[in-house]
Amino acid sequence: MTVCIIGASMTTFGRRDAWIRELLAEAGGECLDTAGVAPDAIDHLLVSNMASGEFEGQTGVMNALAHDLGLVPAYAQRVDQTSASGGAGIHAAWQSIASGASDMTLLVGGEKMTHRGTPEATDVIASITHPVEYKHGLTLPSFAGLAARQYLHAYDAPRESLARVAVKNHANGVDNPHAQFRKEITIEEAMESPMVADPLRLYDFCPITDGSAALLFCSEEVAKQYTDEYVRVAGIAGATDTHVVHERGDPTTMGGVVESSRRAYERSGYGPEEVDCAELHDMFTILEFLQLEDLGFVEKGRAWEATEDGMTERDGDLPVNTSGGLKSKGHPLGASGVAQVYEIVHQLLGTAGARGVDADVGLACNVGGFGNCVTTTIVEAP
Amino acid sequence: MLEAARCPNGHYHHPPHPRCPDCGDVPDGRIDLAERTATVVTWTSAFATPPGVREPNSVAIVEFDLDTSDDGTESGSASDGRSNDNSPGANDDGENGAPNEGGTVRAIGGLTTDEVAIGDRVKPVYVEQVRAPGAGIREPESQGWDGYRFEPL
Repeated sequence: MTVCIIGASMTTFGRRDAWIRELLAEAGGECLDTAGVAPDAIDHLLVSNMASGEFEGQTGVMNALAHDLGLVPAYAQRVDQTSASGGAGIHAAWQSIASGASDMTLLVGGEKMTHRGTPEATDVIASITHPVEYKHGLTLPSFAGLAARQYLHAYDAPRESLARVAVKNHANGVDNPHAQFRKEITIEEAMESPMVADPLRLYDFCPITDGSAALLFCSEEVAKQYTDEYVRVAGIAGATDTHVVHERGDPTTMGGVVESSRRAYERSGYGPEEVDCAELHDMFTILEFLQLEDLGFVEKGRAWEATEDGMTERDGDLPVNTSGGLKSKGHPLGASGVAQVYEIVHQLLGTAGARGVDADVGLACNVGGFGNCVTTTIVEAP
Repeated sequence: MLEAARCPNGHYHHPPHPRCPDCGDVPDGRIDLAERTATVVTWTSAFATPPGVREPNSVAIVEFDLDTSDDGTESGSASDGRSNDNSPGANDDGENGAPNEGGTVRAIGGLTTDEVAIGDRVKPVYVEQVRAPGAGIREPESQGWDGYRFEPL
């Protein structure tokens, strides 16, 4: 069965007063409204969220949302795959429709984080690590520093090439009304920003963010009853890599990206050369390089040159993170994978406004942990 | 003890896992890496660290060459910062467990200094408290707070 997406919405990302329940209801309600789908049509509700209990002390968010949106007695489930929870929710939604278990599935991803300070939020996220890592103070930013140093060393890449990623994604975010940061930055500002995890500086990192995003899934037969404006899930797959990061042969290769994309390409019938635009998980600038390579868009060790040559710019051969990416749009953990596909949907439908590019096939790569779990989603215009 | 597990098929892993990540067999041997020397694969110094973590916090991934004598006279296979044995090209079907047939095992830990470079030789140094217990969000009782930091030779 061909699984389609007939609705997409997202809240403004950034520092929000709303708590998790309110954020989820905002995106979920708007998704139903814009698609013109009544609450009683929803068979399954999926909520992508990493850590509402740890951040806010609120658990059972899927039941809260089912009630708040009038979806009872729909089946409701929370999906946690750390910062890949959004992609995992898309995978679960695709399964729910493809299996015939649900005729209409609403997926809402969200996270409320900013009420915690950066050190506390960093510690919540670092709780995904193995004790041998955690006890030495390893955080996701420090893993990024370790990988970036090795990448620059192994491939003789200039430090400025990483800053190019941040400059590009900030420029794209200017045209995204939902983005946390809507201001351009320069290479010089990025290179002079405070050191966070040597050699990475503040502008190599996404911010702490509140926000939510939603997608509505059904079969193509059902989709046509509602609208002509829908897209198809052409292929999706998830995969894992080692929990303990140092046990990987090469920390500059993300095995979960390689494996999930291999299977997503296979299921979709598309290869990397047929992808017109991509949303990559640029939680750290170095991750955009690693995904460009591990998704097969460029050869290993060449992403930094491709970036410097402008390949990933909005007017380049493969526009990457037209939304502004996690870097400028923000990264509310459970929402990010959902918001990636929100951007792809609007690119394929030609409704991305000033961010728009010419695209019939889009790819989203959502990375959890430091590549511990990854989902790759390929979406096509009908 | 900086413990690595050995499975019946000769795979080494630090930390030990209940089943070997490479082959799924139950490990039947242990080795202590604490008296050996290692090579720095990569390192970083982190700032804005979470509660209970020193600032800056310099950490490294290091590689122990189990075939190398402990006097550090051989540089080990990670001297270029990448392990040939574990490179993705050696693993055509995209598997990612680090196979340790090459006689190496990696570990992660703090550094005693930020004066270090990829390829440098280091030795483990025992530290009674690697992190302030009880300051983070994890259950203090679930954590062994002692450990090893790496000191350049």
